[in-house]
Amino acid sequence: MRLKKIYSYTDHPEVEYAVSGHRACQGCAEILGLRLALKVFGKDTIMTMATGCMEIISTPFPLTDWTIPWIHVAFENAAAVASGVESALKILMEKGKIPKKDIHVIASAGDGGTSDIGLQALSGALERGHKFTYICVDNEAYMNTGIQRSSATPFGAMTTTSPPGKKSMGQATWKKNMPKIAAAHNIPYVATACPSYPFDLMEKAKKAKNTNGPSYLHILSVCPTGWRIPTEAAIEYGRLAVRSGAFPLYEVENGKYRITQKTDRLIPISEYLKGQGRFRHLTDDIIENIQTRISAEWEELKFLSGIK
Amino acid sequence: MTMKKGIEVSIAIADAAKLARVEVIAAYPITPQTHIVEHLSEIVANGELEAKYINVESEHSAMSACCGASATGARTFTSTSAQGLELMHEILFIASGMRFPIVMATVNRALSSPLSIWGDQSDVMAARDSGWIMLFCENGQEAVDSTIMAFKIAEDRRVLLPVMINLDGFSLSHVIEPILLPPQEDVDAFLPSYNPVYTLHPDKPVTMGAYGMPEIYTEAKFAQETALRNSKVVIDEVLEDFGKKFGRSYKAVEKYNNDKTEFAFIGLGSICENIKTSIDYLKDEGKEAGLVQLRLFRPFPKDDFLKAIEGKKRLAIIERAMPGGATYGPLFNEIAALAHTHGLDIALENYICGLGGRDVQPEEFMDVFTSPQSGKNITVLGVRE
Repeated sequence: MRLKKIYSYTDHPEVEYAVSGHRACQGCAEILGLRLALKVFGKDTIMTMATGCMEIISTPFPLTDWTIPWIHVAFENAAAVASGVESALKILMEKGKIPKKDIHVIASAGDGGTSDIGLQALSGALERGHKFTYICVDNEAYMNTGIQRSSATPFGAMTTTSPPGKKSMGQATWKKNMPKIAAAHNIPYVATACPSYPFDLMEKAKKAKNTNGPSYLHILSVCPTGWRIPTEAAIEYGRLAVRSGAFPLYEVENGKYRITQKTDRLIPISEYLKGQGRFRHLTDDIIENIQTRISAEWEELKFLSGIK
Repeated sequence: MTMKKGIEVSIAIADAAKLARVEVIAAYPITPQTHIVEHLSEIVANGELEAKYINVESEHSAMSACCGASATGARTFTSTSAQGLELMHEILFIASGMRFPIVMATVNRALSSPLSIWGDQSDVMAARDSGWIMLFCENGQEAVDSTIMAFKIAEDRRVLLPVMINLDGFSLSHVIEPILLPPQEDVDAFLPSYNPVYTLHPDKPVTMGAYGMPEIYTEAKFAQETALRNSKVVIDEVLEDFGKKFGRSYKAVEKYNNDKTEFAFIGLGSICENIKTSIDYLKDEGKEAGLVQLRLFRPFPKDDFLKAIEGKKRLAIIERAMPGGATYGPLFNEIAALAHTHGLDIALENYICGLGGRDVQPEEFMDVFTSPQSGKNITVLGVRE
C-alpha cells in the first residue's frame, strides 16, 4: 500500500543547508539531489563527503556551501569517516561530554566513490551497523576528473575512457547494481531516488533518517556536462531514465522490495537514449540489446516487489 | 606503592591507552601489532573503559575513522604495522594536515616483498615525512610512558598534530618486561580530558577539509610545518613534566657513554639496547664508544643532536631499512645534511642491519667500531652476497 505523501509543492521545508553560490555546472541535478535530501535531514546533521564533484564545487577554502557541519577527508573513505563520527558522538554523549541529542550522520560520495574505490569502506560501515545514511549521488561516470567511466556507467555510454572506436562501442559492461549490493547487507532501508521526482526523494530521505541502523539512498544525478545534453534538460532526462526503467525508483525496507513509480508500462529505452550525446554512436542492434536487458531487470524488480 | 610487574609490552601499551582514557579506537589486526588491539578490545568488552571500539575492515578505514572521531572531539587511538601503515599512508598525511591529535602505536615490521612479519623499520621510514610527530621506544617502560605523553603532546593547543609511537616488532612488542603502570589518578592529573578547539557539531557548524587553491596551499602547508617544528618546545616540556610527576626522565636525544668519546653509534629503537651491550663489552677491552639515540625523530631534534655529537670524529649510523636506491639510509642523509651545513669535520658511515627480523649480535657492532667501513657506500651487516 502506498503511504500518504508527506511532502508536496505546498508543504516542504523552505530551509536550505546546501545554499546558493556553489560552483556546480549549469543544470547539475546532483547538488539538487543533495539539497532536497538535506531539507529533510535538517539542522542536526553531520555530513562526511568523499572527494568528487560535490566536494569540489562546495568548499574552495575559505568558502563553504554547507550550513551543517561537514567534513571531507579523502576519496574512498566517506563511510569510514562517518563510522568514526557516529562512534565519537555516541561515546561523548554516553560520557556526558556533549549533551544527548539526536544527531544524524550522512556520508556522501559519487558513483566512483561508492561503487568503485569506496565500496570496501561502505560495505564495512553497513556491516558494522552504524546509524547513518549513505547517499550515493550517481552521475554515472567520474565527471569531476573529466568524464571517465566507472562501474556505474551504463552499457554503451561514451566516456573519455570508454570511447567508441573501430573496436569499441563505448562502455562494454553493464551498470553495477549498487542498491542491490547495499540491500545484500541486510540493512533496514535502501532506496533509489531521482531529483526529477523531488517529493519521492524527500519521502525516502525521511525514511532513511528515521531508520534505526544504516540506510542507503542511491540518487540518480543527471549530469548535462557528462551526458552531453542541454543544461535545461536535466529534469526531463531524470524522468526519462525512470520511466524507461533505466533507473527504476524503488525501496527495500527490511528486505521487502517496493516499486515507487507507476508499474503498468515502461517507455522504450530509445526514448531515453536518443538526444544524449554519450549514446549517439549506438546502433539499433545495440539499443535492442540494452532494451532486452532493461526489460529483464524490470521484470526481476517487479517479481521481487511481488507484482505479477 | 605501585610495583613493577612482568607484562608483555603490547599488553602494557593497551593498558597505557586505557589509562589515557581513549574514547574511540579504530583498528585492524596485523602482526605484530595484534596484541595491543586485542587487549584494548577486551578492555572495552569488559566495560573497563568507556570507549567505542570500531572493528574496521582495513587500516585505510582505521585511520579514516580515527579522523572522523577526532574531528568530532573524541580522544582517538589506533595501532598498526608494516603493510597496514602503508595502506593508511594516504590518510596519514590528511590526519596531520587536518591537525587531528590522533595517537598511533606503530609496531615496526618489515615491508613486503618478500613477505616478512618480523621486525625492521622500513615501514615507518616510508612514512617518515607524513607530518606526524614520531617517537621511537627502546624498551617497554618507555613505550608505556610514551603512550601517555603522546596524547599530552598531540592535544596541546600549540601542537594539534598526530603522534606516532614506534616500537620494534617482536624484539620489543612481544617481550615480557618489568613495567610500572602508573596509577589512574596520577595519569588523570597529568593528562586532562581532551578539550578540542573545533568539533563537528550542529550547534556550531564548521566545514573541515576544504580544498586549497594555489594561492593558499603553500601557506596552509607552511603553517603546518611551523607547528610541527615548534612542537619540539612542547615535547621537551611534556618530557620534563612527566619526569617530575612520575620520576622517569626522558630526553628527545639520549646518550650512553657519549661524553668523552670520539666515536658514537647513532640509532633508533630497541636495537640501541644491543648497541649499549656492545659498548659495555668494548669498555671491558679498554675501548670507548658512545651512543646517541634519537627518541624523537620528527620533528628532527637538530639542536639536541648537534650538541650530542660535539667533538665527535666518527659516527656509525645504524639503520633498519633499505634506502631504496637513495644515496644512503634516511637517517644517514639527515645527519650528513646537518654535518655539511654546520661545517662539521666528521667521518660518517652507514650500516644497514636487522632487516626482516634478522638478529644482530653485539659482536657485529663491536666489529663496526674496530673495523670501520668506507662511508662512500652503505654497508649491509652480515649479508651473504
